[in-house]
Amino acid sequence: MSAGSLRIALVGNPNCGKTALFNQLTGGRQKVANYAGVTVERKEGRFSAPSGRVMQILDLPGTYSFDAASPDEQITRDVLEGNYPGEAAPDLIICVADATNLRLHLRFVLEVKRLGRPVVLALNMMDAARHRGVTIDVPELQRRLGIPVVETIAVKRGGTRALVERVDGDLPDAPPALPDDPASRANLHDEVRELMAATVTMPRATAVIDDVLDRWALHPVFGVLTLAVVMFLVFQAVYASGKPMSDLIGRGFTWLGEHTAAVLPPGPLHDLVVSGIFGGLGTVLGFLPVILVLFFFILMLEESGYLPRAAFLLDRLMVSVGLTGRSFIPLLSSFACAIPGIMGTRSITDPRDRLATILVAPLMTCSARLPVYALLIGAFIPERRVFGLFNLQGVVLFALYVAGITGAMAVGWVIKRIRRDKSEHALLMELPSYRLPRARDIGIGLWERGAIFLKRLTGVILALTVLMWFISTFPAPPEGATGPAINYSFAGHLGRFLQHIFAPLGFNWQISLSLIPAFAARETAVATLATVYAVSGDAQNGGLAHALTGNFSLASALSLLVWFAFAPQCMSTLAVIRRETNSWRNVAISFGYMFAVAYAASFITYQVARLFV
Amino acid sequence: MRLSDLPKGAYAVVERVEDAHADDLIAQRLRDLGFVAGEQVRLVACGPVGADPLLIQIGSTRFALRRAEAARVTVQEVA
Repeated sequence: MSAGSLRIALVGNPNCGKTALFNQLTGGRQKVANYAGVTVERKEGRFSAPSGRVMQILDLPGTYSFDAASPDEQITRDVLEGNYPGEAAPDLIICVADATNLRLHLRFVLEVKRLGRPVVLALNMMDAARHRGVTIDVPELQRRLGIPVVETIAVKRGGTRALVERVDGDLPDAPPALPDDPASRANLHDEVRELMAATVTMPRATAVIDDVLDRWALHPVFGVLTLAVVMFLVFQAVYASGKPMSDLIGRGFTWLGEHTAAVLPPGPLHDLVVSGIFGGLGTVLGFLPVILVLFFFILMLEESGYLPRAAFLLDRLMVSVGLTGRSFIPLLSSFACAIPGIMGTRSITDPRDRLATILVAPLMTCSARLPVYALLIGAFIPERRVFGLFNLQGVVLFALYVAGITGAMAVGWVIKRIRRDKSEHALLMELPSYRLPRARDIGIGLWERGAIFLKRLTGVILALTVLMWFISTFPAPPEGATGPAINYSFAGHLGRFLQHIFAPLGFNWQISLSLIPAFAARETAVATLATVYAVSGDAQNGGLAHALTGNFSLASALSLLVWFAFAPQCMSTLAVIRRETNSWRNVAISFGYMFAVAYAASFITYQVARLFV
Repeated sequence: MRLSDLPKGAYAVVERVEDAHADDLIAQRLRDLGFVAGEQVRLVACGPVGADPLLIQIGSTRFALRRAEAARVTVQEVA
């Protein structure tokens, strides 16, 4: 049987080691996409069996049961039954079960068997099972189930050989299809109990190491302290390694742009290449190291099994502001950059909780706000001690961080109040066994995230960057014009138009103008202000600070700081919201509510500050 | 007694899962996860704030349940 390829679907409970098995079988030959119209991830890969036959393998989402209404589980069921539009029914199902957790996983095996399609059961994590003294009578299990059963160790080279050989052989006969009704479903547990009693012996229910680790990791005091330390270290690592790499990439592209520019004649094309293409690419690719470093840690925490523990510790706090324990890590990531934060919400299984997290994530103070904060605080806030202890500049910076966090909590709370779906959404989260993360799985995970970012976002961001360049360059200044060229461009006109909107916030037209490129990347607001005030840019922040203090008031500066804390920026974030929620409506909601919040907060700040200073 | 009233570290045997309202998907999910009559459970740990959520071990699996979810499960404590 070497003709044609075989379509295989991989299913199993969450935490059965399915993804590790998929990675072991396919290596890097995978394609990650979404199912049409929904944000459920579709992963497909292929490998060649010893007979030369090509195996196309589809990794379906982890599923506890076919009964519940979650989109993942619905898709899993439809694909297996061949009812999913555009998706051919699989020739063979590989059902993966964790050999150390058969009481839970065998129930799903029985559900899959009832579909009446050819199934092979892969008893995964056999190494861990043996280590814990679990013995399984595989021939007896196979006889009782009536489907082929093979042992696998997904994390070991060669650990899937038996499975590949079985799959490469003749297709097993399909078990009889059984009707799916509540009465027969209730019997599944009895069937599992019988199977367990006849084929499995376990010296103890759990691994000793899990019990010991959980006593610490979930302790009300030590557990919370451990979490704080872990998060602090992750954060430090992101700043220590991700940020310098990002800066290096940014500088690299500036250099590249300048050198390319040297061979081009001056003119619009020249500027397009230097500021549009290379500047834009530098900004986009500059996000990449931060994203990769953050995802490295998120994947480590996820693979090791610590992530659900962190969610356990924080669930109650997050629920009180309309989120879930699982929102914590994405929100924390958003302090570095909202893009990996929003991409990280994929670990939130509940769609409603996930959307709420995506909506509040951009309010976390990301690293791109820092240059703007640093400039304005340095220029307007005097460096002096308050209460003899704190530096006033530091206090203002801290207050801006707090404003972001309390803003997010308030927005979460409001979302909880106004959403139509007020039904109870469950936590019901499994805390899997601790595992040592494997380099291969981390590597593939990082590659996937990086590829999604580059492939899906570069186009959008680049197009918008070029548009930004266009409106700031054209039309060219008239003959004999004295001011900076941007004043005469579309952006200049737009800035003056926007000033009518932003005047109540204390923004002059130069600030209003700088908000336009800030929409592409916040930190460029600094460079724009330098251009319009015709001071030599970033090398002379002192000069720019001087120009700023001469041109607008403290009240305006405070108002601008508050604006940057809440404003709907940057467009990369909005692009990733579009990509992750598959909806322009959510982009509009994000943009709209952040604009309203930022406008109101800046208005109040400006009007109040004016009374005092 | 309800699973949410179980003292920390205690063992109990599940009696049934009650629907909090008609068509209760959470109760259905609990049954699917193995909360059925006769299964032994143990309250392993509680969250740091308000002792919520609860960590319940059933078989070899640990589930984090919020108090409202655990209150659907009626159990008999094992001495």
